[in-house]
Amino acid sequence: MTLELILFIIFGSIAAATAVLMITRRNPIISALFLVVNFGSLAGLYLILNAQFIAVAQVIVYAGAIMVFFLFVIMLIRPENEQKLFAYKPQLKIFASIVVALIFLQLVYVIFFAHTGSEINKEFEASVKAGTVEAIGRELFTNYVLPFEITGYMLLAAAIGALVLAKKKFE
Amino acid sequence: MQIPIEYYLALSAFMFTVGIAGVLIRRNAIIVFMSVELMLNSANLTLITFSSYLGDTTGQLFVFFVMAVAAAEAAVGLAIIIAIFRNKLTVNIDEINILKW
Repeated sequence: MTLELILFIIFGSIAAATAVLMITRRNPIISALFLVVNFGSLAGLYLILNAQFIAVAQVIVYAGAIMVFFLFVIMLIRPENEQKLFAYKPQLKIFASIVVALIFLQLVYVIFFAHTGSEINKEFEASVKAGTVEAIGRELFTNYVLPFEITGYMLLAAAIGALVLAKKKFE
Repeated sequence: MQIPIEYYLALSAFMFTVGIAGVLIRRNAIIVFMSVELMLNSANLTLITFSSYLGDTTGQLFVFFVMAVAAAEAAVGLAIIIAIFRNKLTVNIDEINILKW
């Protein structure tokens, strides 16, 4: 067992376990905190995959900004009767498990038995070079500069839209 | 010896499936929203895996844009949830059915 495989097993099992815990906890705050742990372990997986810049951005943007935002909204909204929210109907549960099982079997079939990725072998040098801030910045400001600028305007539009939507209406 | 690419793809598929289960089973709009974020992240893991195994930067650029879109989507979506909560005093998606016929 190499170090890479050990780290993958640790981070991967944390990610899988916290994902399941996230959708099964009743308290939304605990769900949000499990999702933060999930995003953190995904950042670890990105580091194993030599994607340094995205790993840092994952911690700052997802585990930091977006999840703090979720926690603020959970705090603003009055806690409801969680028992009522959690009492889902049995036929919905059956339907959900059938849909989930079908999609998971389909994905597993494509990944393991259709042999789409079996010829891909990682070249370590190219992989390290692709994940550096330098490579990403070079692509971002040359070939992808128009999408980058549009992303900036999209974030501005989203911020203004969120302000307008959440504003208190004075009649 | 390196990790086979299938391990990463299987983990990503599992997380995506858990996200679908969360969207279908949970009634709290905020938890449904967090499940959508989980599905976005599992797709990001697939993109990073292929980017790393092929030695190509484009996949990581795409993840960068997905993160920006996810941030915008979280802002607008949570603002909508707050606006709905102000009007109906609930975040239960079974009771928010004014667009259903």
